Amino acid sequence: MSELKQELKEKIIEQLNLEDVSVDEIANNDPLFGEGLGLDSIDALELIVMLDKDYGIKLADPKEGRKIFESIDTMAAYIAANRSN
Amino acid sequence: MNMPGHYIKSYCRIANGEISRNGKVLFSDASEEFPAFIKAAYKYFETDYSKFFKMDNLSKLAFMGAEVLLKDQEKNTALVLSNKASSLDTDRKHQAAISDRSGAFASPAVFVYTLPNICMGEISIRHKLYSENSFFIFAEFNPHLLSDYANDLLETGKADEVLCGWVEYDKGKYDAFLYVIAKKGLLPHDTGELTKLYRTK
Repeated sequence: MSELKQELKEKIIEQLNLEDVSVDEIANNDPLFGEGLGLDSIDALELIVMLDKDYGIKLADPKEGRKIFESIDTMAAYIAANRSN
Repeated sequence: MNMPGHYIKSYCRIANGEISRNGKVLFSDASEEFPAFIKAAYKYFETDYSKFFKMDNLSKLAFMGAEVLLKDQEKNTALVLSNKASSLDTDRKHQAAISDRSGAFASPAVFVYTLPNICMGEISIRHKLYSENSFFIFAEFNPHLLSDYANDLLETGKADEVLCGWVEYDKGKYDAFLYVIAKKGLLPHDTGELTKLYRTK
């Protein structure tokens, strides 16, 4: 699981162009939206695409993302339980 | 055509590795690629706006020009910009993504920049502008239409000042000439003057 969390941090920084953020600065339980990393609604869509493209997970309802994308911990747990690749 | 009472308050050029304001070079960088050049400019001007890195190249170019001209701006400033290539550079990236049938994943972050006027949205968010804005596609810099539009905005009281100009990005080539029209300023708001400034690279 820790490898998956590390991988997610690297992917988020690269795919969301978080130029001023390093992997070490993202705690596993930091909020990804709002006061945490400050991601926005377009970032949320990018994360949905990332789940599909990299882990074979299709979110039928984008509102599900609200819980899944709370933090690296919640994302990793969801991916580990639902991934198809 | 000269509009009495309207002036070019300030102007900015971004081209050939340089950023200048009112004819004076503020920043230059030897980077050949636009992304490295504009990133160096971002750091030089201590911009501190992380959303900058999510923008497409056209928006980064327009944003940086506005940074130079609108810093600490509190007036009701309208935006009237133009270019030739529209958002074609980003349109191609989006097309390439959706044409890849082996794994057609369009990027929402790319898709949102497939309109040229998005760059004005970025400027408006940054400078908290709730003003009128328009983006025109021309074959070349057209000071006549931009001047008429800016004059009308000022005369009808829809804006206190107008940020106008040309912001072109395509295939790694970039050229921005932005200027602010106001009721006080450096030079008369005259299309001949604008043409002269634009041609002075």
